[in-house]
Amino acid sequence: MIEFRSVTKRFPGGTVAVDDFNLVLPSRKTTVLVGSSGSGKTTLLRMINRMVDLTSGTIEIDGEDTSALEPVALRRRIGYVMQNSGLLPHFTVIENVATVPVLNGVPRKRAFSDALALLDTVGLERSLADRYPSQLSGGQQQRVGVARGLAADPNILLMDEPFGAVDPIVRDELQQELIRLQRELDKTVVFVTHDIDEAFLIGDQVVILEQGGRIAQVGSPSEIMADPASDFVSSFIGADRGKRALSIRHTERGAVLVDGFGRAAGVLVEGVAVASVAVESEESTSS
Amino acid sequence: MNWVLNNLALIGERTLDHLAIAVPAIILSFVLSVPIGWVANRYRASNGVLLWLSGSLLAVSGLLYAIPSLPLFLALPAIIGTGLRDPINVVIGLTLYGIALMVRATADALASVDPNVEQSATAMGFSGWSRFWKVELPLAGPVLLAGIRVVSVSTVSLTTVGAVLGIESLGLLFTDGLQRNIPGEIYAGIVLTILIAVVLDGILVLCGRLLMPWRHAAAPKQQAPTELVVNA
Repeated sequence: MIEFRSVTKRFPGGTVAVDDFNLVLPSRKTTVLVGSSGSGKTTLLRMINRMVDLTSGTIEIDGEDTSALEPVALRRRIGYVMQNSGLLPHFTVIENVATVPVLNGVPRKRAFSDALALLDTVGLERSLADRYPSQLSGGQQQRVGVARGLAADPNILLMDEPFGAVDPIVRDELQQELIRLQRELDKTVVFVTHDIDEAFLIGDQVVILEQGGRIAQVGSPSEIMADPASDFVSSFIGADRGKRALSIRHTERGAVLVDGFGRAAGVLVEGVAVASVAVESEESTSS
Repeated sequence: MNWVLNNLALIGERTLDHLAIAVPAIILSFVLSVPIGWVANRYRASNGVLLWLSGSLLAVSGLLYAIPSLPLFLALPAIIGTGLRDPINVVIGLTLYGIALMVRATADALASVDPNVEQSATAMGFSGWSRFWKVELPLAGPVLLAGIRVVSVSTVSLTTVGAVLGIESLGLLFTDGLQRNIPGEIYAGIVLTILIAVVLDGILVLCGRLLMPWRHAAAPKQQAPTELVVNA
């Protein structure tokens, strides 16, 4: 569990990025911090592994105050995945993945064989192990980034807009992979994004941030969609327009759900298991 | 040409003398410039005293190049107490010129490292020291290499100036050749100086290739086209 207690961050220029921020991030769940630029979401993420120091307040990980921990040691036990992968361009794929275990003193040979197994986990071919990052596609680089974040088997994985720079098709694929991985690995994931669809897809707990790190709403995706706490939230999640504003239209052949653009988005099926609902709505969209 | 053929041993000796002055000066310039350049780059974005320190390091080291070489080679023995014809004077003088070029190159090289990669290294848990050696210095490599190549060529050519004071190098072949009017000796000095510069440059490029294999990795393979499943 990660707990923010009245956390404030004032940058040297006087800008207050985050003011009196309180939040509990449950263990083994994915918490998504979502907001536009200036909402302090990346600052909040980086305060967890002390890339950014707090001006006041405390952050506790499983009850331990992080300010009492040595930053380098703390970072080695927290996985970190960033936008544009952040891979070291002069390390091969396998060296990149094995970085943290090697820093921790694991013998190279073992660190490398563990890293090979991690390539399987994130769906990369082992034949890529000796390539340099510049020889990979954007999606492959991002997978290597995820493998590297997992290499020291951390309990916590911080992800800073990890899929922001890849094309939409690859992003969908990576999102599904992350959901699959999270089911298998059960990490405490903190995920930062500005994309509300991504937040709802990935998050168990979604935190919608306004400017200056003010929490607009915290809840599960369905809680937020069903009951937006403010006009800011409903406009941010697009509840009042576009593809999330579904209405029922009765046609001669039956009722269909229509989105805010007037396009048929699906049919309303009550009392059916979730998986079969998904299938049905897909069929009706394509027909 | 006869002079050359009759004096191969002398030419060989002068070439070795030349290398014995130039190579240590090149290596020293590099080794000394890395920490100075690091400090200059580290505090470039700060303010107050540290910014002043960074600025003056860059300015002062750059100005070293403005000192005329002959007076420097004459003044050094008086300052450090070596003999007037000691080759060490030339090594030190050339090292100062090398530093003049290399400090700024080092600062620029370190500034050229992608800040995202530095942040990512920090987030991985590299400590400051290991981050410098394993991430920043290697990634500064391409710009450092460009800098040291200029230093190398300039040092090899400046080494000849010591000949005016009678310090042994290929430069003695031109001064002696001029005095005694032996064109072959003059040409031998010039050609060999250029040759040394070219060979050292080649060695540096080769070292760059060996030390920075990632720069020469083949371009990314074209992705296989996505398979389209067509229902008949």
